[in-house]
Amino acid sequence: MSNVAIRAEDISKAYQLGQIGTGTISRDLERWYARIRGKEDPFLRIGEANDRSSKGSSDIVWSLKDINFEIEQGDAVGIIGRNGAGKSTLLKILSKVTAPTTGKITGKGRIASLLEVGTGFHPELSGRENIFLNGAILGMRKKEIQRKLEEIVDFAGIERYLDTPVKRYSSGMYVRLAFAVAAHLESEILIVDEVLAVGDAEFQKKCLGKMGEVSKGEGRTVLFVSHNMGSIAKLCSNALLLENGQVKLYANTSKTIIEYNRIASLSSGTEYTGIGIIKKIKITSEHNDINYGSSIIISTFFQMDIPISNITLGLVIKDSFGTSLIGVNNRHYQSQPIHETPLKQGVINVKIKNINLIDGNYNIDIFLGNSIIDLEIIENAVSFTVSNSYINKTNHPLDPSINKLFLDNIAWEYEKI
Amino acid sequence: MKPDNHEWSIEAKSSLVDLKLTEVWAYRDLLILLVRRDFVSFYKQTILGPLWFFIQPLFTTIIFTFIFGNLAGISTDGLPKPLFYMAGITAWNYFADCLTKTSTVFRDNAGIFGKVYFPRLIMPLSIVVSNLVRFGVQMLLFVLLIAYYYFTGANFNMSWAICLFPVVVILMALLGLGTGMIISAMTTKYRDLAFLVSFGVQLLMYATTVIYPLSEAMNKYPKYAWIIKYNPMTPIIETFRFGFLGEGSFSWASLGYATGITLLFLILGIIIFNKVERNFVDTV
Repeated sequence: MSNVAIRAEDISKAYQLGQIGTGTISRDLERWYARIRGKEDPFLRIGEANDRSSKGSSDIVWSLKDINFEIEQGDAVGIIGRNGAGKSTLLKILSKVTAPTTGKITGKGRIASLLEVGTGFHPELSGRENIFLNGAILGMRKKEIQRKLEEIVDFAGIERYLDTPVKRYSSGMYVRLAFAVAAHLESEILIVDEVLAVGDAEFQKKCLGKMGEVSKGEGRTVLFVSHNMGSIAKLCSNALLLENGQVKLYANTSKTIIEYNRIASLSSGTEYTGIGIIKKIKITSEHNDINYGSSIIISTFFQMDIPISNITLGLVIKDSFGTSLIGVNNRHYQSQPIHETPLKQGVINVKIKNINLIDGNYNIDIFLGNSIIDLEIIENAVSFTVSNSYINKTNHPLDPSINKLFLDNIAWEYEKI
Repeated sequence: MKPDNHEWSIEAKSSLVDLKLTEVWAYRDLLILLVRRDFVSFYKQTILGPLWFFIQPLFTTIIFTFIFGNLAGISTDGLPKPLFYMAGITAWNYFADCLTKTSTVFRDNAGIFGKVYFPRLIMPLSIVVSNLVRFGVQMLLFVLLIAYYYFTGANFNMSWAICLFPVVVILMALLGLGTGMIISAMTTKYRDLAFLVSFGVQLLMYATTVIYPLSEAMNKYPKYAWIIKYNPMTPIIETFRFGFLGEGSFSWASLGYATGITLLFLILGIIIFNKVERNFVDTV
């Protein structure tokens, strides 16, 4: 291997569903019996692909199945996929937290993985003591931490509290300190899960900046899992799209993000099987795809044991970077309620005529409530893609980084003073 | 930054007896920091601080002297009662602490183990070492008590077997570690055994010569005393007592037997621990 940092060959990981209890020991014995006879594990054979919404017939599920990829040294790779696609499992295997069921990964250089911020922090110990402890857990030597102590404290901005037990820290300070330690790890490969979801906006920016520095400036290999396509696009040159535990696409970032959004919007609606009130959300348009000016219907299927009085539904439409473009709520747009009497179940359709979004991928957050509070909020509940709609009457393409909407009623006129 | 380009691989199966000792060595700083953490966090926000390490053996000795020594009148081989009990308690506590703490190592550290990789063996090792520190502090108390009785002219003599003290400590540590690792590995999937440990260790103390001398047990119950005799902790404690106080049933054969059992449990523990370590995150 010349300059390949990580090579994964046929990586699979099986998980057992359901409870572990008295029932499982008989199957363990059966397995063991099969193994001593030199036969294949009877429970792995019937395993099936990991599709969380469809009910399977076996208790074994393949969270990852035959994953193959190569990552070059110095490359920053984003790992994307919907919830349950296997992203975290892949990271766990790469960081040696759990072993794959089959397959092999080879690589070069030290790995540092950040699946969580502040692993091993002890509340009773001071900030300084925790820097050393956490650093050592992440694989740093003591003298290495000593050398970087000042830099770490500086990055976290907690100098004054350095000798205070971390249990007295605000949660923001805690996270800052934890990320600061991790960010100063010296490793050839850095694996980062969505830990950036914490901390204030300023700190998040700082973290992203640091990660960019790590991958671009120092030529280290970075693997980054996130649902935030904005940060993926900013940080990574290539992206790996996982779907149901398999590699769907491994290509340059923009291409992969488009594919990701296409799969997300292709699905016949997202189903929710939990205890939530919202059971399913679906998006439809009069044609197969959504263009500028299309009319779309967003349907929310709900069900609750107690009738909801004065049902209210709000949507926030966001671009692929997570920036919200508009938030609508029936209370702002129509004076009469959606339904006069309390409802236990049904579908609420939000119809938007002539949607004035330009080409791109969009996500919708759904807020379902009664007249007083939000009963359920689902972020990124559905996504959709607006495509090949080059609406403008001119031949000047729009810059998608600054444009999301295109106005119908706008005019430029000259007036003499 | 000096590039480290060593090649590594992650595979579905790995060797069971590979201890990855070079890796453990590379993480030695972590071991020290974990020991420090255990020690410091034990007495943080207390007034008496490290004095608490003395209080437990001291009070147990007083209670045992009163109940077993005076009330029940169990013989102590002619030794001063507090000295006899404290010898047993100090040694037993070290073994018992190593065993109980290691036996929950996977469960207690599931949070850390599930998020970051370091040689898992570091954790049980740190338990054994931090208990060793505690044992050292408690030995100090024991030595003080010996000095007190020595100067008040009590009837006991240290014997040559005191030279076996390091061996005894290592045996206790390894036996606790081995047994603890076996239990810990076996409780990641089925927790039943964990319930056994908490009261099992307590019961085991009565099957070890902590509150009575082996000679007494042999006299009174010659038929069942073999249970006590074949308990590997018995020769260890008897040797300990014989070394410091000059009384106790010491024999090379029984110490050899205890060593054999310790090594057996240790090897078994390492094999099971290594097997479970790779996947326990999925089932714990």
